[in-house]
Amino acid sequence: MNAIPIPAFLVVAAILFGIGAVGFLVRRNVLVALMSIELMLNAVNVTFVAFNRLHADAHVGQLFAFFNIAVAAAEAAVGLAIVLSFFRLRRTVRSDAGDLLKN
Amino acid sequence: MFAGYDTLELIYFAICALVAIGGALGTVTFPNPIRGAMSLLFTILAIAGMYLQLHAPFLAAVQLIVYAGAVVVLFLFVIMLIGPAANPPHDGRGVLARTVGGIAASLFVLQTVLVLSHKVVGRVPIAQEGFGSVDAFGQQLFGDWLVPFEASSFLLMVAIIGAVAVARGKQPDPQAEQSEDDATGPKELGAPSSSLKVQSKSGAHA
Repeated sequence: MNAIPIPAFLVVAAILFGIGAVGFLVRRNVLVALMSIELMLNAVNVTFVAFNRLHADAHVGQLFAFFNIAVAAAEAAVGLAIVLSFFRLRRTVRSDAGDLLKN
Repeated sequence: MFAGYDTLELIYFAICALVAIGGALGTVTFPNPIRGAMSLLFTILAIAGMYLQLHAPFLAAVQLIVYAGAVVVLFLFVIMLIGPAANPPHDGRGVLARTVGGIAASLFVLQTVLVLSHKVVGRVPIAQEGFGSVDAFGQQLFGDWLVPFEASSFLLMVAIIGAVAVARGKQPDPQAEQSEDDATGPKELGAPSSSLKVQSKSGAHA
């Protein structure tokens, strides 16, 4: 009995990353854009862990995913604080309302 | 491709992959961000399940604690703070740019999937005893990776301070607020339904 091949995980991660990228490009709600970024970070973590399973003599990939999770948490906190600040300024969460630097 | 694999493991992987992809699609497509956050939660749970299958139980636990326990809850709190304005009405502007962006990103996915499915990596090696356990992971984390670990604590500290400073905004002193009440500033133009507004007003009246 063989384990699930690593490319299966990589394909799932690629699809997740793509969905996150499409969401970031297409959606105009800042909150949804932030969630799409989280999706992409998660997909990258899956890739790290999957490759670490292939080279299972050290935990380098898992450690990288671990630090990635810490960075993603910090990013979410700061990003949501910026969303709150932006909402206080513009009374909306549409990303195209952020045109203060225009003109 | 999947001939000769353990059926139970295959079913488990299929469920995880389908839930992850379905949740991701929901995150991106639901107009209401609360439903998006809930779909994101499903994706995160499914990814934790995939970590278990990849011999990373500690990372699965961290994923559940940090993402499901903290990040999604933070998203829900912010959606709650923003209120009904978190779901702005849809308009048709920028359809061309959005369509082109969507097609370009879809092509990227297609290409990546094609490349990955053609390059079949051989058999998955048998993991040594305790691979991915808290014990082995911690040995390495607090050995070779101690400096990055401490640096990440510094990063989180800076992020906390930055988030508080940004979200709190400018706190006007009471005298300035008194004079601002006479001349209605541009801040008064917005809808007074937000709890942020109530918070700053109650601070001024106290």
